[in-house]
Amino acid sequence: MEVILSTLINGLSLGGIYAMIALGYTMVYGIAKMLNFAHGDIIMVGGYVIFVVMATGNPLLAVAVAVIACVILGITIERVAYRPLRGASPLAVLITAIGVSYLLQSLAQIIFGSAPKMVTVYEFGSVQFLGATVQVASLVTMAVTVVVMAVLTLFVKYTRLGRAMIAVSEDRDAAQLMGINVNAIITITFAIGSSLAALAGLFYLMKAPNVSFTMGAMPGIKAFTAAVIGGIGSIPGAMLGGILLGVVESISYKITAIAPYTDAIEFSILIIILLVRPTGFLGKKRREKV
Amino acid sequence: MKLGKIKINHYINYLVIGLLLIVLSSMTVAGVRFDNSLLFLLEKVAIGIILAVSLSLVVGFLGELSLGHAGFMCVGAYLGGKVAALLVPALGNGVLAFVISLLAGCAAAAVCGIIVGIPALRLRGDYLAIVTLAFGEIVKSLFRNTSYESFGGTLGLDTPRFDKKYLFIIAFLLVLLTLMVVQNYIRSKHGRAVTAIRDNEIAARATGINVTKYKLMTFTLSAALAGMAGVLYSYSNYTVQSTQFGYNYSIEMLVMVVLGGMGSINGSIIAAALITWLNTWLPTKLTGDLAVLQNLLYALVLIVIVIYNNAPKLKGFRDKYNLGVLLNKFKKHDASKINDDKAKWDVVPTKISMDEVLSVDFTPQDLGPDKEGGRK
Repeated sequence: MEVILSTLINGLSLGGIYAMIALGYTMVYGIAKMLNFAHGDIIMVGGYVIFVVMATGNPLLAVAVAVIACVILGITIERVAYRPLRGASPLAVLITAIGVSYLLQSLAQIIFGSAPKMVTVYEFGSVQFLGATVQVASLVTMAVTVVVMAVLTLFVKYTRLGRAMIAVSEDRDAAQLMGINVNAIITITFAIGSSLAALAGLFYLMKAPNVSFTMGAMPGIKAFTAAVIGGIGSIPGAMLGGILLGVVESISYKITAIAPYTDAIEFSILIIILLVRPTGFLGKKRREKV
Repeated sequence: MKLGKIKINHYINYLVIGLLLIVLSSMTVAGVRFDNSLLFLLEKVAIGIILAVSLSLVVGFLGELSLGHAGFMCVGAYLGGKVAALLVPALGNGVLAFVISLLAGCAAAAVCGIIVGIPALRLRGDYLAIVTLAFGEIVKSLFRNTSYESFGGTLGLDTPRFDKKYLFIIAFLLVLLTLMVVQNYIRSKHGRAVTAIRDNEIAARATGINVTKYKLMTFTLSAALAGMAGVLYSYSNYTVQSTQFGYNYSIEMLVMVVLGGMGSINGSIIAAALITWLNTWLPTKLTGDLAVLQNLLYALVLIVIVIYNNAPKLKGFRDKYNLGVLLNKFKKHDASKINDDKAKWDVVPTKISMDEVLSVDFTPQDLGPDKEGGRK
């Protein structure tokens, strides 16, 4: 019972991290219509910024600087690498995104070396809950995820800016004709996604206190998987997919027989979902326009 | 027989690789002993060319992105290597065992291609990229967790040794085979259908092309060729390690295709040879932490070349300064000698650009004589 409970809470908090990354993917995919491969590596940059600023010993400062740095990075990437390709074939944008991801990884490796760096952001400790030992960091992660998700949903639904985002994702040309500055909306989307990536980096460090240049790659791919499972372009879908994937992962790690195959299991879920329900659980079916 | 410009392009690479093959193999037969590192480099170049050409089929001609090409290669390497290891005691280490294991590796990779392609190719967008990426990771973790007896597990699979002196000849014969298959495929009815899908899927569908069938066919062919490269790899390396076939390897193949120019087979061949050589030469120059500079270089190649070739705003610049224009300056330009309509195909619009339609300025006199003789 205790094992089940702690596994579940572990899974939910891991799922929260995935959900936060997946939100970035799903928003950029919905609005800019591109798969931002470099999104996972923004987490890594956030991790390194936290590592550097933690030299001052102030966790709040570290997190704030990391969020700002990631937002600036996200906007810069969009300006320099993606904007010139607006209107070009999706394949070209995708390859550039992979190039950016690779660039960030190798730059991090040049600056910080390939050995992982230890960083302890803040010790929350643990509490006893129904007989199980639960990390407070996990609970904080879950709480923050829920808050972020709620704020984002309200923002998109009820503010002018949020509605403009929906309009751009529905039909970019029509939105432009209605006087929406499409470029600005896309920039803002990248900024939001990148700040979420920085937060995800923070929570990831609370789980596993190591920064390395590849730390963003795997969570990035898994979060994209989560976004597809939940239905790409849908904010609650990203949340659902992320949590589902996190729970599956932590359960799978607990069962010795299948533990080494955890990654394979998660990616197999992606392939099966695409086969059975390509739009994901909460995705809308889009008719192709001619 | 009249050779068109396109045909000459196709024969040039047969000619160059064939000549290289004949010269090197006759030297081997005559008793010249090549340096082992040179032989190894030749094998690697051949593997690189097969991989780049097969990936170019998907990226350049189908217009989809595969990030799991190393995964297909991995399947081919493990399955082919295993079959070879089982066959060699029975058949001896000869060509027969090699051919059978080659077929086994190709078939295994092709089956994987079908399994991955069916869910991903039905969907539009970037799904193939992410599914193939996932596939690469699945394959890696499956082979890493096998037992020592079956596929070697973390230690890797030991594969039979093949006489190094002759392996590169087989490797280049396989390159020729790959080129023949791919180039003829592209120029066939099927290949035309594939490029039609790339240029405008809706229009292709409307003309009765079975889009999913052709996409799946091309993708499977490409996977099978990658499997072939894998079998070659297992013969060339004596041991197959699943960690070799990671994401980075797939990216390296993508760099070859992008550097060579998407949709250009000759370009892919040159780029594959160049990158493979760089991979063996650069690590001798860049040691320690500097080794990362190589990855940085690849990343910059991807970003700069793709933006330069695709950015809508750079179109005017591209049309003015490109290799074709520079070459034409040396040639005497004679319009009557252009006998194919290749140039014209570039200007056939596949999509109507709304800006152009809306901004056509005309004055009434352009429409002909004004009958009412009215306003000017």
